[in-house]
Amino acid sequence: MQVADSNSLDLQTEPDIVKARQLVRQFAQTCGFSLVDQTKVVTAASELARNTVKHGGGGVMTVDELRDGTRRGVRVKFEDQGPGIADMNLAMTDGWTSGGGLGLGLTGSKRLSNEFEIESSPGQGTRVVITRWK
Amino acid sequence: MIERIPILRIGKFLLITIQVDMHDQLAMTLQDDLTVAIEKTGARGVLLDISTLDVVDSFIGRMISNISAVSSLLSAQTVVVGMQPAVAITLVELGLELPGVHTALNAERGMAMLRRELPEDEVDASRRQ
Repeated sequence: MQVADSNSLDLQTEPDIVKARQLVRQFAQTCGFSLVDQTKVVTAASELARNTVKHGGGGVMTVDELRDGTRRGVRVKFEDQGPGIADMNLAMTDGWTSGGGLGLGLTGSKRLSNEFEIESSPGQGTRVVITRWK
Repeated sequence: MIERIPILRIGKFLLITIQVDMHDQLAMTLQDDLTVAIEKTGARGVLLDISTLDVVDSFIGRMISNISAVSSLLSAQTVVVGMQPAVAITLVELGLELPGVHTALNAERGMAMLRRELPEDEVDASRRQ
């Protein structure tokens, strides 16, 4: 599997979430995703970008265009140095929220992706990687 | 600069067309502006056109739910129109089915829905305006 193209974006403020959506959309279009697949990966990225800004205290998003044989895909990584997630099982429960939201961010973005990885521990920040294949 | 989404009055109804990729603050501002507009105009219905939105995530989805719920408490019914099929598919997979939110395929059908819901004695008043 190779990375054909890559770009990253600082996520600090709410308008950065909009920029994150636009960047992921651009990569999904380059990979020839259908409109539905574009919408799914962009929506997943929007949820995770919001988590980075609101719960992670800001961070960085990296988007990669993947090639695996003839298969093409988009991988999006979100990294922050925020407070981290103390109870991962709880965080991955539909409807559970640390405040304000609907509690669909993590679980929803997992459903919208083909691959989903999350690493976090209290005080160590959070790293989420999603991949969607064409 | 304070960005705002315009709210247009058409008779007894308010029309909102979202034409920008909304960031969170803009969504919150719209919610506040709409409640003020309903109170000021006594509007009985709100047509929320989201046909240009190519992404509705859980935050924007919640804003749409809230607008609908708050309007309803202020005695105005909201109809969300023009949702893109890809957005609908994604919302369901996300787990956000917007219960209680009335929808119509397009603005014309949405307006017809609002007119039907209008109490009889207000229909004439609406036509006069």
